[in-house]
Amino acid sequence: MASLAGMLTARRGRGAFDWTDWFSYGYLALGLLLMFGPVAWLVLSSFKSAAALNEFPPQLLPYGQKTVVVTGHEIPLPLYRVTLPDGTTRELAEVRRIGIQATLVDPKAPEQEYKVNIRDRKPVREFQLALNNYIEIFGKFSFGTFLWNSVFITVVATLITLLFNAMAAFALSKYRFGGRNAVFLLIISTLMIPPTIILVPNFLVVSELGLLNSLWGVIWPAVATPTGVFLLRQYMLTIPDELIEAARMDNASEWRIFWRIILPLSAPALAVLAIFSVMWRWNDFLWPLIVLSRTEKFTLQLALNAFQGELTTQWHYLLAMTVITLLPVTLVFAFLQRHITTGIAAAGVK
Amino acid sequence: MASLQLHRVVKRYGTTAVVHGIDLEVKDGEFVVFVGPSGCGKSTLLRMIAGLESVTEGDLLIDGTRVNDVSAAQRGLAMVFQSYALYPHMTVYQNLAFGLENLGAPRAEVDAKVKAAAKLLKLEALLERRPTQLSGGQRQRVAIGRAIVRDPTIFLFDEPLSNLDAELRVQMRAEITALHKRLGTTMIYVTHDQVEAMTMAHRIAVLRSGNVEQFGTPLELYNRPVNRFVAGFIGSPQMNFLNARIVGASDAGLRVLLDAAPTGESQPPLPIDGSAKTQQRVMLGIRPEHVAIGPTSGPALALTATIERVEQLGAASFLYCALGGGERLTVHAPGQVAFESGTQIKVSLPVAETHVFDTGESENAFRRR
Repeated sequence: MASLAGMLTARRGRGAFDWTDWFSYGYLALGLLLMFGPVAWLVLSSFKSAAALNEFPPQLLPYGQKTVVVTGHEIPLPLYRVTLPDGTTRELAEVRRIGIQATLVDPKAPEQEYKVNIRDRKPVREFQLALNNYIEIFGKFSFGTFLWNSVFITVVATLITLLFNAMAAFALSKYRFGGRNAVFLLIISTLMIPPTIILVPNFLVVSELGLLNSLWGVIWPAVATPTGVFLLRQYMLTIPDELIEAARMDNASEWRIFWRIILPLSAPALAVLAIFSVMWRWNDFLWPLIVLSRTEKFTLQLALNAFQGELTTQWHYLLAMTVITLLPVTLVFAFLQRHITTGIAAAGVK
Repeated sequence: MASLQLHRVVKRYGTTAVVHGIDLEVKDGEFVVFVGPSGCGKSTLLRMIAGLESVTEGDLLIDGTRVNDVSAAQRGLAMVFQSYALYPHMTVYQNLAFGLENLGAPRAEVDAKVKAAAKLLKLEALLERRPTQLSGGQRQRVAIGRAIVRDPTIFLFDEPLSNLDAELRVQMRAEITALHKRLGTTMIYVTHDQVEAMTMAHRIAVLRSGNVEQFGTPLELYNRPVNRFVAGFIGSPQMNFLNARIVGASDAGLRVLLDAAPTGESQPPLPIDGSAKTQQRVMLGIRPEHVAIGPTSGPALALTATIERVEQLGAASFLYCALGGGERLTVHAPGQVAFESGTQIKVSLPVAETHVFDTGESENAFRRR
């Protein structure tokens, strides 16, 4: 806590706040607002009820109308602050409304009814989290299936990506063979081909292999990434050859060298690639959209898209689902962020 | 334990040959040191023996079996690397056990061997540490331990002490020598430090640009270097080389005239065989520790030298002198001396300690009697 306060009041030099301090803090505050504002807005909105979302002007915090249980009525009644004709204000529960005439009762004495003009009543509002948004999506729209599809694709594709790219990088960084550089350049040069260009050929291949509407049809085309090979190769170049030679003298097979020496020592670079891969696969939209056309094979991203109906959009569900969709990537970042900086720095500089 | 034979072993990278047909035989249980300046091919030769580099031509035999095409793992050798090459992500214990695990040894056997090696090298307290938490000397011992646990037939050392400070180096030198005595295993040790070579080896192979210049015991190399390179490489400070020419040869020996010698004085013959191609240019070599200040009892060549610099080490003194004609002479005098720089002194070069070298390309030594 003390360190946080110290960080937030850090100044240039020891004296009072300089104009550069004000400028820096202003710049940072603006940045925070721009970056974090939309996310905060999204998260807060996801807790609003459908009615609160349609309110104008919009509220920052999720507010809902207070309700009260009145004897003689089955469902809780909305509470209003009413200005009565005699000038007094009271909190009353609305029983019904006809035209501009509202009928209200006192929750404590429900026998007496008051009839007032609707302009004379204001809803009583309270801070209210519409947790139902989250609870209901699990029941509706087979959300669990979408989540499982997304998790399966992300986890399996990431594991295969790490393994395959690490093997390619190991060969390209530690073995000397004819055409090694040519192969490496070929791999790197595929970075220059936009994914949209190979979309149709990819689709044809996947279709011929009978992988349409299969999660593997999303996984296999994505596992070999030139970025991953490049990242890992550059990192593996920094692992001393002597370690591999020592392992060879120690009777280790090439596979064992890879598994026991190279992989553990490449952990920082693998962490970086894992983060990237999780982000890529989790947020992937276009390719799954093409390969997966049956609803039960949809990933979360496709499901989100499907929520936008032609006529109406159920914003409260959409927002709640978007927040859930953001969570895994956020968590991965939170836990592995240390490796991103060290890994990227080490892969480049070391 | 094993013997090792090299028959005309050649190593080429593309068209560049770095090892030019080396013949060498290492006997069972011997401690052999490869020594030479950097780039002489000594490390390449060691790596070829280890199986980490392929042999371009020639035969490599371990215990009489040709192993050119046997992989490093299967040769049954162990190597200690210059950088130690400890696996940084494993503990000392795991480092020591890795090789045995790869052989599929049972857990109990691995444990027993690791513990035994750790005890031998005083590593017991460090088994759970990682290499980064060890000092240079400790890492060195772990690297040696990793070699020991596998009971190799030959130990290979690639400049293992060059990353240690001077004091530790002396200590580790003694430890490796003691280890060799204890294990009795054949050891091949590569270094560029001739002191290490002289102190540890049974036999030394001096290498220069991919050739073995001389292979012999330390004292053979010191007393009877076959050429000027070996003479200059072995011994510190370096042997003095003085320009001279042959003026005569007889049963009494070879008569030479030093360029720096005062003219007209008759010099005693050197106990060296040589043809009296009169006026042939040669190099006369004499080690600094054999140069005497003032006259000596035996026959000697006399010279006058001017002291340029004096280094007093307490137990010994080094005088760096200038001779006529821009030549230099280093004198290693025992004890402490009272000379100032600039002083002229008379020095004698005892003929029994002199060497004579050809000035041709080979710079071969004339045979001493």
